[in-house]
Amino acid sequence: MMSSNIVTAVYIAASVLFILSLGGLSNQESAKRAVWFGIVGMALAVAATIFGPEVKSYDWLVPMIVIGSIIGFIVARRVEMTGMPQLVAALHTFVGLAAVFIGINSAISPPAGLSGAEIIIHEVEVFVGVFIGAVTTTGSIIAYGKLSGVLGGKPLTLPGRNILNLIAVLICVVLGAMYLNDPNISTLYVMTAIALIFGAHLVMAIGGADMPVVVSMLNSYSGWAAAATGFLLGNDLLIVTGALVGSSGAILSYIMCRAMNRNFLSVILGGWGTVTASAQDVEGEMIATDVASVAADLQDADDIIIVPGYGMAVAQAQSAVSEITRRLRAQGKSVRFAIHPVAGRLPGHMNVLLAEAKVPYDIVLEMDEINDDFPNADIVIILGANDIVNPAAQDDPGSPIAGMPVLEVWKARQVIISKRGQGRGYSGIENPLFFKDNSRMLYGDAKATLDQLLSSLPN
Amino acid sequence: MKMIVGSPKEIASGEKRVAMTPDSAAHLQKLGYECLIESGAGEAAGFSDALYEAAGVTVASTAADLWKRADIIIKVRGIEPSEHANLRKGQSVISMLWPAQNPDLLETFKSAGANAIAMDMVPRISRAQKMDVLSSMANIAGYRAVIESGNHFGRFFTGQITAAGKVPPAKVLVIGAGVAGLAAIGTATSLGAVVRAFDVRPEVAEQISSMGADFLMLEFDEDSSGEGGYAKPASPEFIEKEMALFRAQAPEIDIVITTALIPGRPAPKLWPAEMVGLMKPGSVVVDLAAEQGGNCDLTVPNEVNTSENGVTIVGYTDFPSRMAAQSSTLYATNIRHMLDDLTPEKDGQIAINMEDDVIRGATAVHAGEITFPPPAPKVQAIGKAPTAPKPVEPTAEEKAAAELAATRKAGRRQLGLLTIGALFMLLIGSYAPTSFMQHFIVFVLSCFVGFQVIWNVSHALHTPLMAITNAISGIIILGALLQIGSSNQIVMILASISVLIATINIVGGFMVTRRMLAMFQKS
Repeated sequence: MMSSNIVTAVYIAASVLFILSLGGLSNQESAKRAVWFGIVGMALAVAATIFGPEVKSYDWLVPMIVIGSIIGFIVARRVEMTGMPQLVAALHTFVGLAAVFIGINSAISPPAGLSGAEIIIHEVEVFVGVFIGAVTTTGSIIAYGKLSGVLGGKPLTLPGRNILNLIAVLICVVLGAMYLNDPNISTLYVMTAIALIFGAHLVMAIGGADMPVVVSMLNSYSGWAAAATGFLLGNDLLIVTGALVGSSGAILSYIMCRAMNRNFLSVILGGWGTVTASAQDVEGEMIATDVASVAADLQDADDIIIVPGYGMAVAQAQSAVSEITRRLRAQGKSVRFAIHPVAGRLPGHMNVLLAEAKVPYDIVLEMDEINDDFPNADIVIILGANDIVNPAAQDDPGSPIAGMPVLEVWKARQVIISKRGQGRGYSGIENPLFFKDNSRMLYGDAKATLDQLLSSLPN
Repeated sequence: MKMIVGSPKEIASGEKRVAMTPDSAAHLQKLGYECLIESGAGEAAGFSDALYEAAGVTVASTAADLWKRADIIIKVRGIEPSEHANLRKGQSVISMLWPAQNPDLLETFKSAGANAIAMDMVPRISRAQKMDVLSSMANIAGYRAVIESGNHFGRFFTGQITAAGKVPPAKVLVIGAGVAGLAAIGTATSLGAVVRAFDVRPEVAEQISSMGADFLMLEFDEDSSGEGGYAKPASPEFIEKEMALFRAQAPEIDIVITTALIPGRPAPKLWPAEMVGLMKPGSVVVDLAAEQGGNCDLTVPNEVNTSENGVTIVGYTDFPSRMAAQSSTLYATNIRHMLDDLTPEKDGQIAINMEDDVIRGATAVHAGEITFPPPAPKVQAIGKAPTAPKPVEPTAEEKAAAELAATRKAGRRQLGLLTIGALFMLLIGSYAPTSFMQHFIVFVLSCFVGFQVIWNVSHALHTPLMAITNAISGIIILGALLQIGSSNQIVMILASISVLIATINIVGGFMVTRRMLAMFQKS
């Protein structure tokens, strides 16, 4: 048995390791080491707690950890990289649910030796912890449903949904006041139920392409839930870790919102903001092209930039893309990828998909790094992306996406757009890019067309 | 009943192009048409009868036979008087007809009851570029003009330093940056020449520099962009300035390629005899406007002549025909696109839809009526740069003052936030017990550390970041571990479940992060 001071010392070591672990993600090479810091930190923390003075019974503990590890192992092995958003959402659910359970437990059997203000603080902590945990739980379940396609991607917009949300929060506050006066466990249950509904409704109202923000936000919540639990149990390691995770999620949400030029609140409140001016009419015609002429164009080009979007993930086209990239590079052409911060359904989603398909990461560039290079590019290929390459964001102040930073692909000599049909993007607005003189539409499923393209390129 | 598209042999002298190629015939057949070609029509452009037959085209032995059988005649040059008798009711002719210059021809069509679709009248708007024969032919003319000039120019285009001495690069001046001008710029630059270009329309400056030439800027406040992407005539003051500019250039320039045209007028005299006189012996002038009277005073249409001071002046008018294989391919593709638009149902039946701007513009005679001239197209070919008022440049003092104000404002804001934060802390501190305050310090500091650390995470690693923070937030397992030994049944069950799911989180999160990071490979 370790003394409680030793346990604390181990906790300090674990906190430092977690910070190093997150800090190591600043580049791809140090990241591979960083993940080990995290694993060691976690192992130390769990071991110290299990062998520490406060845990007395191992009857249930050991089997639960063993079963949990096996499930976790299998899930992590099996998950497809395109399924990462769902997995992340599902894992958030677990953290939220655990926070709810631990909070309720703490209410049922409060720690001994509390007095005066400490009791009030404990009750507040229970209440807040359970609330955040519950919102995270159902919010993540709905996010999982939307990302995996079980639920439709369309936002559910109930009439007066903002009022409904507000009422739910107000009721929770009132219940909280009641709970502080008279700590009755049933008040806590009612609040939990309301928070669960609130969390579900909150995410239901958000559309598919806003998911990067939602997933980041839930990531943040799961951290705050852990921090709240830390306060509840007086455990500093939980507080430190929760705060790290919470701020990480908050920053990601901020980055995603900035990349869409929308404010956080308008994303969370669901739907697109009010469209004031009507978008400009688009002049011109979409000109279709075919695989053979794209292959010929690629042979003539020296500088090629590929812009992947969610459509590439849906069509599972990344390995064909990777092989095309390999062949073109073997011919001495420059091939690079331009990634918009909100491409895909998860921050950094495209990077992971391309990495999985063995596209070297040093040719995968983010928007700020590559945006100035488009005028020199011979060909830009757009794979299932729409709003992130829409010039209306810059040209048309009346457009709903006006001001959103976009990839300036239209400055390239030629733009080839691989697209399933003539439909519009997530925002539902027309994309003038498709009508430009240097744009060519390559209709069809991205994977099928790219496979054809691959077969017409020399090996 | 499928309509038959027929392409007769061009009878204009020296015309080598053909309006149908085996490739375009294949596309026309996809539109539901049957294709017919006069024997030997493609010979001069390098397409033998056998190639056509292989593409499923029927070969008609005589022109008369072809005119009789075909419902749609596609041609390069407008029809000659000897062909007039062949026209019959309901037949459509798609060709370069120049209706403005040939009013009599339109009467002929009208009396024969045939439809005339003039490829040269296709409006110059974005949507119609694919059938814009003037552009595709001008592109070839621009290229060929450079090649012809090289033929008559006694030196290299590109500068070289050889063992036998240094060769300076040829200096080329292109006047008029339309399609032909831009093509000439592109060709001359890729041959290694130093290229300068001039145009009266300031908005083409960007296109000129994108092709690799220097734009000769004329400091004059007059916009000469006319409708449909062409230039309009300039004022005398403007021409005076222009001439001064050319006079300064002429002694340096080795090759001049002039492409200036104003629709419906004789070509402007931009390179008078005086300029030729200023040029070095051995220099070359290629006048692409020779057919409309030429941009140069000394141009003789269809001929190459030499000035008194030894400058060669090329006045050919048949540049596209000199590259018949290339120009036929492009022309046939333009025609094919036109028929594509004329056959919306792809059923091999021509439908002249007078509501369609492009078809309306090109149709000169329809159903026994002369429909020329068409109403003017409303779309500008090249968007004019919006003339935004220049923002007033702030002075240095104003800038400094603005910066100072901004710093002060940021400072005040920060101070405000800090004050609010401090008050909030005081509020908590005055009520909360010591144990809470100790944890609170840890919490606030961790938030700061978290913000600092996360800002440095590479964008490309955001997904692994989410996965690893996910795993780390499984630390909540500690709470459950502390509760699992409780004597209360409910507490024990809930704690057990929590341990289980938190473990899934930890193991799953770390494993998947490792899997992802292992995939990131450097090239």
